[in-house]
Amino acid sequence: MIISDLNIILPEIILSVYAMLALVGAVYTAKDELATTLCWLTSILFAIVAFWISSDSASAQTAFNGMFIDDGFARFAKVVILLSAAAVLVMSVDYMRRRDLMKFEYPILIVLAVVGMMMMVSSGNLMSLYMGLELQSLSLYVVASFRRDSVKSTEAGMKYFVLGALSSGLLLYGASLVYGYTGSTDFATIIQVAGHGGSIGLMIGLVLVIAGLAFKVSAVPFHMWTPDVYEGSPTPVTAFFATAPKVAAMALFARVMHDAFGNAKADWQQVIVLISLLSMFLGAVAAIGQTNIKRLMAYSSIAHMGYALMGLAAGTAYGVEAMLMYMTFYVIMNTGTFAFIMTMEKDSQPVTDIQSLNLLAKTKPGKALAVMLLMVSLAGIPGTIGFFGKLYVLQAAYGAGLLWLAIAGVIASVIGAYYYLRIIYLMWFGSEQDEALDDYSTPMLTAFVSVSAIATVVGIVNFFGLKGAAIAAAAALVQ
Amino acid sequence: MEKIILFAPLIGAIIAGFGWRQIGEKGAMYVTTGLLFLACLLSWVVFLNLGQDTQHLPILRWIESGALSTDWSIRMDRLTAIMLIVVTSVSSLVHLYSFGYMDHDPAWKDGESYKPRFFAYLSFFTFAMLMLVTSDNLVQMFFGWEGVGVASYLLIGFYYRKPSANAAAIKAFVVNRVGDFGFALGIFGLFYLTDSIRFDDVFAAAPMLAETQLHFLWTEWNAANLLAFLLFVGAMGKSAQLLLHTWLPDAMEGPTPVSALIHAATMVTAGVFLVCRMSPLMEYAPEAMGFVTFLGATTAFFAATVGLVQNDIKRVIAYSTCSQLGYMFVAAGVGVYSVAMFHLFTHAFFKAMLFLGAGSVIHAMHHEQDMRNYGGLRKKIPYTFWAMMIGTLAITGVGIPLTYYGFAGFLSKDAVIESAWAGTGGGYAFWMLLIAAMFTSFYSWRLMFLTFYGEPRGDKHTHDHAHESPMVMLIPLGVLALGAVFSGMIWYKSFFGSDADVNKFFGIQSHYSETVKDGHSDDGHGSDDHGDDHAAKDDHGGEHAGHVAPTGAIFMAPDNHVLHDAHYAPKWVKVSPFVAMLIGFVMAMWFYIWNPEMPKRWADAQRPLYLFLLNKWYFDEIYHAIFVRPAQALGRFLWKRGDENTIDGAINGVAMGIIPFFTRLAGRAQSGYIFTYALAMVLGIVVLITWMTFSGGAH
Repeated sequence: MIISDLNIILPEIILSVYAMLALVGAVYTAKDELATTLCWLTSILFAIVAFWISSDSASAQTAFNGMFIDDGFARFAKVVILLSAAAVLVMSVDYMRRRDLMKFEYPILIVLAVVGMMMMVSSGNLMSLYMGLELQSLSLYVVASFRRDSVKSTEAGMKYFVLGALSSGLLLYGASLVYGYTGSTDFATIIQVAGHGGSIGLMIGLVLVIAGLAFKVSAVPFHMWTPDVYEGSPTPVTAFFATAPKVAAMALFARVMHDAFGNAKADWQQVIVLISLLSMFLGAVAAIGQTNIKRLMAYSSIAHMGYALMGLAAGTAYGVEAMLMYMTFYVIMNTGTFAFIMTMEKDSQPVTDIQSLNLLAKTKPGKALAVMLLMVSLAGIPGTIGFFGKLYVLQAAYGAGLLWLAIAGVIASVIGAYYYLRIIYLMWFGSEQDEALDDYSTPMLTAFVSVSAIATVVGIVNFFGLKGAAIAAAAALVQ
Repeated sequence: MEKIILFAPLIGAIIAGFGWRQIGEKGAMYVTTGLLFLACLLSWVVFLNLGQDTQHLPILRWIESGALSTDWSIRMDRLTAIMLIVVTSVSSLVHLYSFGYMDHDPAWKDGESYKPRFFAYLSFFTFAMLMLVTSDNLVQMFFGWEGVGVASYLLIGFYYRKPSANAAAIKAFVVNRVGDFGFALGIFGLFYLTDSIRFDDVFAAAPMLAETQLHFLWTEWNAANLLAFLLFVGAMGKSAQLLLHTWLPDAMEGPTPVSALIHAATMVTAGVFLVCRMSPLMEYAPEAMGFVTFLGATTAFFAATVGLVQNDIKRVIAYSTCSQLGYMFVAAGVGVYSVAMFHLFTHAFFKAMLFLGAGSVIHAMHHEQDMRNYGGLRKKIPYTFWAMMIGTLAITGVGIPLTYYGFAGFLSKDAVIESAWAGTGGGYAFWMLLIAAMFTSFYSWRLMFLTFYGEPRGDKHTHDHAHESPMVMLIPLGVLALGAVFSGMIWYKSFFGSDADVNKFFGIQSHYSETVKDGHSDDGHGSDDHGDDHAAKDDHGGEHAGHVAPTGAIFMAPDNHVLHDAHYAPKWVKVSPFVAMLIGFVMAMWFYIWNPEMPKRWADAQRPLYLFLLNKWYFDEIYHAIFVRPAQALGRFLWKRGDENTIDGAINGVAMGIIPFFTRLAGRAQSGYIFTYALAMVLGIVVLITWMTFSGGAH
């Protein structure tokens, strides 16, 4: 029995063992000199595990008495998480080395965070949920403040930690209420009790759990840490924040809502509709005032989470499918955008001021073109995958009778288009400025920027064949 | 082979339009012209070897949407073949002619490349026109229809620095939209009733349509009549028939080769082609056909009267075109489609030649177009003079009466007039055409006399430097002259011979008309019966006639004997066009050779009539007052009040007032202090829980 259980969580075990061996090995040998090698090794391992998981076609199975669920949905999310984490690691090598941040703990912390995320998306019990969530969060707190000599980075880690603790508290309180009113922490049991017109206490527990999860996806009004943390953390870490953990948290969100509260859909739907609406509008409106591109991307990700939540709010299998597609596209676009942000340098120092993009197209037309495609896609303009991502969630909302939410989403995307277009405007039609950006890039970053830019356009042909996988994943979650 | 004909011009257009920088100006010109001559050669091969049966040559599967399923395919029958040779012959000659005419165009500065663009447009036009005539279904035809519209727009506005050229281009486009609207409605209606846009299906359903009522606008209509009328509205726009004719004279703003190709020989005849192509439907729409006849006759008369007094050489020919198109519609309207095609065919040759000849005159006279400044050019440009002379002899219809010997126009125009006599019993259309024939003769000879005879008028310098056009411009004139002289005599039998000859030429199998006859007599018989038997027979009859598309390129109903009757017109009817031509000729001689003071005296004596004609019956002014001005007023209202004040105001208010306010608010909320953030979270929780408690949890 235990053997088959272990067999199911073998990928997680391998990654954990790898993390610990790497930690011990590095401490006793070359320490930071090994960091670069470890980064590459980890990326390769991520890719291998991702390939392994994606080729696993076994039907849904559970381990440890339902604590751990291994189904199509979890596998889809895990593959996206692993691949995006691998991409961010590879991208960050050069940046971290040049800033003297290449410590061997960095890749190891990322591995542990990824293990936490994999645990999250597979959780079938409030206990395992919390375990995965905290493993992920604790690793992220540390990497956020990875640049110890920087006040901003330290502050970012601190804020993230304190607010994260608060949200964990809310989540735990909610979990205890749910346990109190259902008598179980197991999703399979909760769903049965919740279906029979759950009591008010259970509803409060549900709201608190949602609040805890909403913090992780940085949905309004639990979003306020996002801009500060995005700005303060080293850019590769921000890139990581913007991608893998968002996918994990969103997948966990869907898992809890459908697996544990699938019978109380009407209750959680209205809460998610509200936070989705607020996120879309706040993300769009607040980003307009930003001058720092990392803060801008923070608000951008808040808005994008609003759209992904719209798919979730639909409460249908199509909604989950749309949400998964949306998150995948989001990861692709963000990877490219952050790869570009990492190339923004003046006098070998990273800059994040939007004004420094003025007339980039004159000096580097190819790069400006790639960024333009990414921005167009982020804004959701037709002809790009970003548009289709939005289209799917809007269709899902419409199909679930949330026409007004879909209309609000369209309006918010019009507002949001402003700041994406402003970047394009600055790059092509901006005014002269004293100092242009350095002509800096590495082959790796160039590759990421251009591949993701091309993907935004070429991807619309067949969506990388993801649609079928997303449909299967959604079907696994929503019966 | 048909596919090569169809796509050669497109390939030429693409190469010349996009690749001329690589292959050079000359290269672009040679490529387009060479491909056109290839298409022309193949077209003649196809025309001369055409079999009896209608062929369908599929190119690709085109539309699959619900009940709408159609291929993109070529329909090869006699109608298509005739149009193929007309289009490719004239087009290839015009391409060649443009080598000379477009050389050193004064509208462009030195070093500006305009020739590749011109040739690309010409070739693109040819492609679209071929698309139109080879179409196998209505939507495909509409594609070509719009394609030629675009090409026409581009070419009329070719001198885009001239405001008048732009205005003319827009006018042509807009007026054609009106017609196209009718055409589109007709297509919708046919699809609505027959569930298909394929010609064969539509034709097969025509007898059924004749017995269907269709509600449109405020009342019930006979479906066949209504749809035929709507299709004809499209034809009116494209073929510049009365009410929608105003764009054609203005279209003369385009370069003269364009006028020859598009606005004389090919595009404007698309309407006639459409009516002939839809003959199986038209035959079941007697009222609509009556209207076609009436309007065609009126246009022929109207345009001829206006042509009498115009001074711009190209405008005279433009009104002449308008008038001749009226002739074709009369022939089609009385049900003798073969004669309509006959006139279309011969007209293409002599009218293209007249235009190209006029272009040669204009070229010689340094782009002077006012005939009052010509005179005595016979000696200066002899070849052009002889070409124009042949064209004039052809259009006025010179020949030996009561025989089959004469210029092309003599045979085809007389055929039209005889058909009109037979079709209307010597009524309105016949007399209108006869008078128009007299006027035609007058204005055509007037053009000749003003241009080539008399004393040189106008700028002396220009006259001194008048020179014969280069060989590339004269060769096309010569080739077209052959057509203008012989095309009538050669193909007279095929188009207007005995029933058997015409049926053979157009691939009509005589037994079909008998089947339809049987079906109808069945129907008639069935209606005498009662009860179930009646219904059964009725069904049978309907099926019989309903599922067979008529064979052949054109269709004449069993009771349509106009073609037959026209041959037995009295002698005076057959001679009358010739007499009308003579009267016109003598009048012109009198006015412009013997007594050149006469025109002025007449114009002064009949001032109101003269102005009425000179101003083209005031159509433009009336349209301006009725349509253009109100439309502009409405447009200005929507622009200023609707768009600028309301929409822009609201958008700007939101974008520059409300959104930035919220942006500042969000910025202020983001204080940077942890306790603010924590407070926001807690407040969020409180709000959510409160809301849940009052709404969601309450159930």
